[in-house]
Amino acid sequence: MSDHDGQGYWAANIRLVTWLLVVWAICSYGFGILLRDQLDAMVPFGGVGLGFWFAQQGSIYVFLALIIIYSKKMAQIDADFGVHED
Amino acid sequence: MDLSTLTYIFVGGSFALYFGIAIWAKAGSTGEFYAAGRGVHPVANGMATAADWMSAASFLSMAGLIAFTGYDASIFLMGWTGGYVLLALLLAPYLRKFGKFTVPEFVGDRFYSTTARVVAVGCLIVASVTYVIGQVKGIGVAFGRFLEVSYEMGLLIGMITVAFYAVLGGMKGVTYTQIAQYCVLICAYTVPAVFISLNLTGSPLPQIGLFANTVADGTPMLTKLNQVVMDLGFSEYTALKGGTVNMIFYTFSLMIGTAGLPHVIIRFFTVPKVRDARASAGWALVFIALLYTTAPAVGAMARLNLMNAIQVGEIGSPEGNLVYDERPQWFKNWEATGLLKFEDKNGDGRIQYYDDKNKEFAAKAAEWGWKGNEMVKVDRDIMVLANPEVAQLPNWVIALVAAGGLAAALSTAAGLLLAISSAISHDLLKSTFKPDISEKQELMWARVSMIGAIVVAGYFGLNPPGFAAQTVALAFGLAASSIFPVLMMGIFSKKMNNTGAVAGMLAGIISTLLYIFAYKGFFFISGTELLANTPANHLFGISPEAFGTVGAIINFTVAFIFMKMSAPVPAEIEAMVEDIRIPKGAGAAQDH
Repeated sequence: MSDHDGQGYWAANIRLVTWLLVVWAICSYGFGILLRDQLDAMVPFGGVGLGFWFAQQGSIYVFLALIIIYSKKMAQIDADFGVHED
Repeated sequence: MDLSTLTYIFVGGSFALYFGIAIWAKAGSTGEFYAAGRGVHPVANGMATAADWMSAASFLSMAGLIAFTGYDASIFLMGWTGGYVLLALLLAPYLRKFGKFTVPEFVGDRFYSTTARVVAVGCLIVASVTYVIGQVKGIGVAFGRFLEVSYEMGLLIGMITVAFYAVLGGMKGVTYTQIAQYCVLICAYTVPAVFISLNLTGSPLPQIGLFANTVADGTPMLTKLNQVVMDLGFSEYTALKGGTVNMIFYTFSLMIGTAGLPHVIIRFFTVPKVRDARASAGWALVFIALLYTTAPAVGAMARLNLMNAIQVGEIGSPEGNLVYDERPQWFKNWEATGLLKFEDKNGDGRIQYYDDKNKEFAAKAAEWGWKGNEMVKVDRDIMVLANPEVAQLPNWVIALVAAGGLAAALSTAAGLLLAISSAISHDLLKSTFKPDISEKQELMWARVSMIGAIVVAGYFGLNPPGFAAQTVALAFGLAASSIFPVLMMGIFSKKMNNTGAVAGMLAGIISTLLYIFAYKGFFFISGTELLANTPANHLFGISPEAFGTVGAIINFTVAFIFMKMSAPVPAEIEAMVEDIRIPKGAGAAQDH
């Protein structure tokens, strides 16, 4: 693998990870904590609302989805740059 | 069959299974002892990681904390799961590619420094020992209740069991035992939750039941719970009670602490390939999420049931409170352990359970002849274990929960002891002080150091610094401030050098330890606190448990400053960092 490819691979990796971590932060710190009251007011249910749901349920489902997306996308990136395992 | 017979059958049966597996998979080589020969399937590793991870704190304490703090306990729910995203995206694949046995080994090699390795061993031991203390407390609670002995006696029995079990197993044995323990603990957690959710809300899924309407009168379960607790002067269940800043720092501290906990990281050394390490983190979170999405329902419903069990009638009327002599069996059982205490302050023979620190409500209560909260001790850690009894579930469910609680505490204790002993025998003895010892001697030292760690943990278990979950939370702060930053810099910065890494780790862990000790006493010995542990005294309102985030920032900053002032990284180390960044060739590293 040439040095140029190595940089491209690493840049693609960092790009993917950055996007996923942005979603990670928005769903937990954003929806679950900072915007909790607003979300509860916008989508009320079960005596509370969407903000409380994100804090105690939703963020965990999002975390799971993020790891699955990462795992799939990285396998693709590995293959594109020819650095996958045999 | 009566409860104690059933309990002995369930607990005894599950123990026989664990011991059987541990003996069957007894480690014969250091490779098997440290990394299970790197032959573990990612799904199996995910399950073992989940058991390793979900401790007495997750199983016993978390729902209890949720029950008594409501929304604020979201810190633990998000913090302890969100860390897996960081682990999967930022650490696990690279550390697997590196292909060695321990976390200090990576730090020592990447920062080409024996000092860095020894400092990493120190950080690892401090964080892991603190964590083990939480487990020991959980073991004491569970054994104490189910063998109907005192907490101290329960703790002693538990420690001897763990010692026998962990010393024999090694990583190979521990991995396969943890898979069995996961199955036991997840059944034990979800089965009663399903029953209770059905009883209260008619929904078989606790995740749905939490937001559903109650069967009794059709109001939402959480609305009802808010009402019941506030009517007795307690704070609103679903409202934020602490500060927002503290909540964010605390959650972040738990997240990066999770990603930096050595006993979790070493699990990812056991899979065959880099892509397995990525997938395995996902599987681990699937298995963890099963419990973590159930926990908020368990907490809320347990609280509602507990309140209703004691406040049986109208608040304020003399007949509204449970008569002490008519208290149910579970109440008596928990009184025997000393974790539940009643004191008849107004001498009416009935139990008044309310918040007497709420002045407004206490004044109103005084008019009814209440002379203070009579439930003088309700240890939060008993909530999960007591829950099925409070909800009057069949005896076999209660026995199953006992086996599950013990599985959770034992599996995590075993994983931690493994991380501690491998750090001592592999990183201190084999790699640093006595490089000429044979593999057989190294194995022996691994087992000896494990016993040493058990003794230390046992001492702190008898003098515990707080609730199990809070003790554990401190361990996260320590891992967050030392191990996570050094691993991040090792992978994501080619320029970070030995001096920067060592200085950063020391600054991070020492600042965090000092902050914790200032509020909790030096080495958790009560009476040596510098300041009272109240929000008003905290720096920017950040509690000691939440300080790991600040410690991590200090770590990164100090490391960067020292890096600038010292010699750059040698070329071969830069090449090594490039190599761990690409998955290709992980098979070769396997033969290490």
